Amino acid sequence: MTALLNVNQMTHYFGGLRAVHNYNLSINPKQITGLIGPNGAGKTTIFNLITGVYTPTEGAITLSGENIKGLETNEIASKGLGRTFQNLALWRHMNVLDHIKMAHYSQLSYGLLGAFFNTPACRRQESEVEENAYRLLELFDIKQYAFDIITSLPYGAQRRVEMARAMATNPKILFLDEPTAGMTPDELIQMIKIIRQVHQDFNVAIFLIEHRMKFVMELCEFIQTLVFGEVIAEGEPEEIQNNPEVIEAYLGKEDLT
Amino acid sequence: MELARKFKEMFSTVPMIGWLLGILVGVLIEFYWGYDYISYYLGLPKIPVLFGALIMLKEPLMIPGAIGYDLIVYVIPVFLVARVTTFATNPLATFLEKLPLIVSVLIHLVFFYFILHLWSGINDYRELVVRLTMVSIILTISINVINGYQGEFSCSHPGFMAIGAYVSSILTLLLFTNDKIFGEALLPAYLGPWFFPIALVLGGFAAAIGSLLVAIPSFKTRGDYLAIISLAFMFIVKSAVENLNAIGGARGMGGQGEFAPLWVIFIWTILAIWIIHNFVTSILGKALNAVRDDEAASESMTVKTRKTKMTAFMFGAFWAGVAGGLFAHVLAYINPGMFGINRLAEILAMVYFGGLNSIIGSIVGAVSINVLGEALRPLELFKWIIIPLILIFVMIFRPYGLISFKEFNVKRMLRAKSKREQGA
Ligand SMILES: Nc1ncnc2c1ncn2[C@@H]1O[C@H](COP(=O)(O)OP(=O)(O)O)[C@@H](O)[C@H]1O
Ligand SMILES: [Mg+2]
Repeated sequence: MTALLNVNQMTHYFGGLRAVHNYNLSINPKQITGLIGPNGAGKTTIFNLITGVYTPTEGAITLSGENIKGLETNEIASKGLGRTFQNLALWRHMNVLDHIKMAHYSQLSYGLLGAFFNTPACRRQESEVEENAYRLLELFDIKQYAFDIITSLPYGAQRRVEMARAMATNPKILFLDEPTAGMTPDELIQMIKIIRQVHQDFNVAIFLIEHRMKFVMELCEFIQTLVFGEVIAEGEPEEIQNNPEVIEAYLGKEDLT
Repeated sequence: MELARKFKEMFSTVPMIGWLLGILVGVLIEFYWGYDYISYYLGLPKIPVLFGALIMLKEPLMIPGAIGYDLIVYVIPVFLVARVTTFATNPLATFLEKLPLIVSVLIHLVFFYFILHLWSGINDYRELVVRLTMVSIILTISINVINGYQGEFSCSHPGFMAIGAYVSSILTLLLFTNDKIFGEALLPAYLGPWFFPIALVLGGFAAAIGSLLVAIPSFKTRGDYLAIISLAFMFIVKSAVENLNAIGGARGMGGQGEFAPLWVIFIWTILAIWIIHNFVTSILGKALNAVRDDEAASESMTVKTRKTKMTAFMFGAFWAGVAGGLFAHVLAYINPGMFGINRLAEILAMVYFGGLNSIIGSIVGAVSINVLGEALRPLELFKWIIIPLILIFVMIFRPYGLISFKEFNVKRMLRAKSKREQGA
């Protein structure tokens, strides 16, 4: 089976700082993979390298067998790579419905002239997008906020908007950067449920960064542990949990739950 | 407050067509009796041009007369007729609602134009103010695309306007006018009005291409740095024209044909509002907001951020160019001095006063600053103290302007207003 996403020997320097070193990753369709590691290990940087925010100094990245290294972020996104951000990155003057509609950008074909003159093609596509947006709102349980400005929503709901928005780009693989950061235990349980549901309903692969072990162990089939930009251990949840290096480098310092 | 609420409630049943009818009656009263009776008995020398503001400021003794005039001619008839005729205007509005939206809109617009035509026809000066105000509306909405919707602080608008003004003027002067700079007309004059829209559009395109000089730096930088780049652009355009003697240099260029009467400007204004409204309410247009609010998130959500910024600049500049072309043909004279820092101050005042990210806000901003500017003209220098003061107050209480982040909905604006609906 060919991997959906493949990263080969990726290395990246920020000036003199080596943030990521000889990183390899292979994710199959529908697989859920976790990336753990202490703060500053380079986890978010790996996300940014794969999604094209930065171009890696060395290495190769392919999505469905196609090279995506060096492409613009929006091109990579429209090839099927959706993501959320560690610190919410929402559009502060926009309502929730428009957030979801906006993420359909690459699926529109009516063009600027269509928008200027509100052509039938424009109206048809916009109403299709709206329909799909409402479906997502319902699925993520945020329909009641459709016309609210994003900043007025509770934190947990904002997180769900971000996920719904990522799903609106119609991704084959979804990157989640600490999806439960700052959440209450209730919201956390809801988030696990939502991720499971997304995984089933949309047939996506998921790659997630997470701090809370319980969350990672419960969801992921495969886990990588990153320390100082290098993977020190990878494998199935049980292996990672029992790996002495991991316990020393990471788990030992933190509460395991 | 209580009184204001009651007042508002009392008139909440008046549909748009009712207000238009009320205004029509006011304008007709002025048209037939304004000079012969009303201003005569109130001791006014002539019909107050802009609601008596000029008279009041020049001759304080005439303040009661001018206020009386406004009450008798405008306030009382407009409100009275609007309120009393609801029994007829609401059914009419209901009927219009059943027609296709475009037809209903056109009927309202034609009606509105007719009123505007009557009102402004009373006096040449008044007509000039109306025409220039409509040009300002286009300018303000177009800068809102860049500074509001796209959220850049661009100061190059007078430059875009100048490009449009000069390109369209050169074309019409070359083709249709016997003038000092370009000599004999190349085409018969009667083709002029037909060609004029093409000249305007070409002026707009030229401005749009010019805007790339600001748009491309905006990929890398924003805020203060882009403001400086855009300001430099404005000065470059101005001094380039000043040094081009072939098009009149600093002395300017005059004699443009009478191609921009009220109705032509009205149509262009409506066209600009319509197209810009379509754009900013579409997903492609809202991408401007997304890029403004979080560029990285937009990229990750498949939005082409560079293309979006370029579109915002070129689209805004296009309409500034069209407005410039209209402006040149209203005044039938332009010189580079018209497109400098003063114009910039005026445009920025209109857009920030009216409200960012809102077409309706820009219309309000353009109309109020224009009318205020004309009304306060007798105060001369003090005008430039009062207007900025008002601006400061607005900025304190409403940092984004009077009406911001709000788009109009034509259907809702034009619909009938029955008692029943009010409760909801
Ligand atoms: N744009 C950047 N420029 C320079 N250094 C950066 C940049 N982004 C991240 N870093 C550095 O790279 C390292 C890894 O950061 P990050 O990927 O955010 O860690 P994590 O997500 O694992 O907590 C940190 O030392 C951080 O300071
Ligand atoms: Mg991080």
